[in-house]
Amino acid sequence: MSEAIISVDRLTKKFGEFTAVNAVSFNVGRGEIFGFLGANGAGKTTAIRMLTGLLVPTSGEALVAGFDVYDEPEKIKQNIGYMSQRFSLYEDLTVRENIRLYGGIYGLSNREIKEKTNELLETLGLTNVSDSRIGSLPLGWKQKLAFSIAIMHEPKIVFLDEPTGGVDPITRRQFWEQIYAEAEQGTTVFVTTHYMDEAEYCDRISIMVDGDLKALDTPGNLKKNYSVDSINEVFIKLAGTAERSE
Amino acid sequence: MRTIRFLLQKEFLQIFRNKGMLPIIFVMPVVQLIILSNAATFELNKVNFYLVDHNHSTTSQELVSHFESTGYFKLNGYSQSVDDGIQSILAGRDEMVLTIPPNFERDLKARKHADLQLIINGVDGSIANLILSYSQSIIGKYNASIQPTVRQLDVNHNVGQINVQSVNWYNPELNYINYMVPGILVVLVTMIGMFLSGMNIVREREIGTIEQLNVTPIKRYQFITGKLLPFWIIGLFEMAFGLGIARWGFGIPFVGSFWLVMLITAIYLLAVQGLGLLISTMTDTQQQAMFIAWFISVVFILMGGLFTPIESMPIWAQRLTWINPIAYFIEIMRMVLLKGAGIKDIWELTTALLVMAGIVLTLAISRYRKASV
Amino acid sequence: MHTFKGFVTKEFYHIFRDKRSMLILFGMPIIQLILFGFAIRNELTQAHIAVLDHSKDAVTRELIHKIDASKYFTVSDELQNADQIKPAFQRGKIKEVIVLEPHFSRTLRRDGQAHVQLVTDATDPNMAQMVSEYTQAIISDYQQSLDQPGIIQAETMIPKTVMLFNPQLKSVNLFVPGLIAVILMLISALMTSISITREKEMGTMEVLLVSPLKPYQIIVGKVIPYMVLSLVNVLTVLILARTIFGVPFRGSFVLFMFEALLFILTALSLGLFISTISNNQQTAMMVSLAGLLLPTVILSGFIFPISSMPWILQMLSRIIPARWFLVIVRGIMLKGIGLQYLWKETLILGGMTLFFIVLSVRNFKIRLD
Repeated sequence: MSEAIISVDRLTKKFGEFTAVNAVSFNVGRGEIFGFLGANGAGKTTAIRMLTGLLVPTSGEALVAGFDVYDEPEKIKQNIGYMSQRFSLYEDLTVRENIRLYGGIYGLSNREIKEKTNELLETLGLTNVSDSRIGSLPLGWKQKLAFSIAIMHEPKIVFLDEPTGGVDPITRRQFWEQIYAEAEQGTTVFVTTHYMDEAEYCDRISIMVDGDLKALDTPGNLKKNYSVDSINEVFIKLAGTAERSE
Repeated sequence: MRTIRFLLQKEFLQIFRNKGMLPIIFVMPVVQLIILSNAATFELNKVNFYLVDHNHSTTSQELVSHFESTGYFKLNGYSQSVDDGIQSILAGRDEMVLTIPPNFERDLKARKHADLQLIINGVDGSIANLILSYSQSIIGKYNASIQPTVRQLDVNHNVGQINVQSVNWYNPELNYINYMVPGILVVLVTMIGMFLSGMNIVREREIGTIEQLNVTPIKRYQFITGKLLPFWIIGLFEMAFGLGIARWGFGIPFVGSFWLVMLITAIYLLAVQGLGLLISTMTDTQQQAMFIAWFISVVFILMGGLFTPIESMPIWAQRLTWINPIAYFIEIMRMVLLKGAGIKDIWELTTALLVMAGIVLTLAISRYRKASV
Repeated sequence: MHTFKGFVTKEFYHIFRDKRSMLILFGMPIIQLILFGFAIRNELTQAHIAVLDHSKDAVTRELIHKIDASKYFTVSDELQNADQIKPAFQRGKIKEVIVLEPHFSRTLRRDGQAHVQLVTDATDPNMAQMVSEYTQAIISDYQQSLDQPGIIQAETMIPKTVMLFNPQLKSVNLFVPGLIAVILMLISALMTSISITREKEMGTMEVLLVSPLKPYQIIVGKVIPYMVLSLVNVLTVLILARTIFGVPFRGSFVLFMFEALLFILTALSLGLFISTISNNQQTAMMVSLAGLLLPTVILSGFIFPISSMPWILQMLSRIIPARWFLVIVRGIMLKGIGLQYLWKETLILGGMTLFFIVLSVRNFKIRLD
């Protein structure tokens, strides 16, 4: 395994009495597609928000792209991209305007922004609607655009929180093709999902249950160890005792 | 710096794409100025009164016609029963009952005391007061006209008469509109600075787009500048626009320096925007933010001397105005616009505003965090 | 029915868990009551005035002393010449300058007349008039003390005055009914419109619409908590107004509650209507504030008497529901009258409510299609 680009050691997050993430530890290698699985409410989003500098951990250590989440969150942010579970681009701005905004914020020059915009529009097939407000686009296109914007500044790691929520299977497949393409370029992809079949697409996966990390291995190994044919079944075995879910 | 430019682009696009925004910016000041300045007056219009005349003499009739000839009073009903008069007040038909006693004319001619009675609807105290003082003045004038005042000038005792002449400066016609307009402009600018600006920030939090921004390397000051600057500009524009309407639409003569007003507005906006920002750090929903802002502005506006003078308030209330930016701004506006005060007259008030802006902004910015705890 | 009850319970929880809003919803009316009761008034106390005494003799000194001694004025400045008047006003503290001519008592004796000029800062015309009148009253008082006994001033027509309903002319009695109206309007109309629009903005409205709940149940469920809140608030304000400020309540309590409920319905129907024409909370808020609350405060007769307004505004005030409610509440509380005097206003409120409900239903149906 290549050197760890994300290293997490007993990372914990408590909200009052409630422990959302309980002393999880894992590493993610450079260029990996790392799947972070679990049911809704298992603590995935909390974990990802800690790694992206959006949430301050209660205890534990974490290094992302070589920077400490407590001391240097801003440096982390220069090196990562993020796509949140809830769609968070600006619905009242056009495709072009959203791209331009985030390109500018990430420090791309005007020329780079122009190039990237054309590239993006062509790849996603959005050239016709480049001047339409995002709010008018179908969900699948919005998600793809959000992903493209997340990687526009060529970050080392991209964090995806439930990127395929609510889209049809074909769009989901296309999405994963985009993710592969990205990983091929050397970008590390950290993706959370509750679709267990998507686990097959990852290099390694972990499964969170009620805030605890209950499994960490390649999909193949996990299936072998639990003697089942699908990650779904692995999950059912692990999460049989789960208490938290929506 | 470049980042701020991109943020401003986004903000302005969003602001003007919001369908409600343009009417708010352009229509609201006009409507507020027209309605508020015309409605906010305590002058006396036609007062309907009820007559109970037990005397039926020329003198009593003359008195009544004195009332009517002022144009302020209108005889609306009459009978021999005071109770009927009170009924008409209860029913809202009349505001006053004038009762003239049976021996009115006779008593007057004999230089004796003649008792008139006024029953006034006291529900609205200030109107009732006005009705009373107008009535008293009418009665007094009538009294003087039919009774020569007997005076003996005693040379030894050396008394004379003190003549009092009253002169009104800055507002010779005692025009209430002139007094209200600076205050209305203050309210307008406050709504933009506190409400719109503050809610705008909370909106991003509520719909979740702020997360996408927080995950970028964007700096705190860049984000805040990007959020506050557009409404700062709009607020300044609104003041200029409002002044223009007042000047050319209403013909209100403003004497002070336009640029001084704009300078003070710029400082004031920082203070109220700081408040809006502070409020936005305390809440996650627009509903709450709006509520808190509403609460604060109502209290500040009422206590700021917009409708009733600060000098009339009890001491504890007057002390509270020391931390009320609206009070300072209204005072400065009135001094500059209506009296032509200059920088040397208002520098103390202005400094207070600056200090307030500084404190509030510092507090708000330090509370604003890109990460939650 | 079960679903409906669950929905209403959820709405209640939603509101009550929001502690900050709760604090404001209950605290604000009380604070406003205190403000209006204690702080907002038009009286004159210790107004700062200046004196330009060209003569400085016994008579003028005595006159100035008398004015200073009164509770209405404080002589805080003695000017030396007329050029100082303008800067004195510019600095903002002085409300009036009393100018006394030179050789005052000599002129008074010799010519039988001496002149006092009152220069007032009329930027606040109300205040200026009061200041001028009170000063004149003190001067004429002083004049009388100068006059020797034996001089007859025939002032035989003196009216006795009775102030009905509000003998001390307390402004709080005027404001409390208006405050009740404003609170109801705020909570019922504003909160309802924002609450419904919020569901639209967040996208959860669609979820509600596909649930087993019927549209009217959704609306009623959203509206009931605010109705309850409004009633609690009104009662709180009423109790405080009675106990702390002694605001009278001379009429029928039952009638009052009935009319209050009617007005709440009117405000709710307005809030509903606003929610059907707004797509997001910001719009709902601006429309409610600018289109509803502000006119209610200004044109309903809450603070400013309708009779003083120009004709157009008086006409405009007729379409504001609060105006009619104020007549009703003031009638019940201060005048002690009943339905036989207030039926017209009650009918108008009822008509408005119906009108807005019909309009809202129509809009709602259009949206659904």
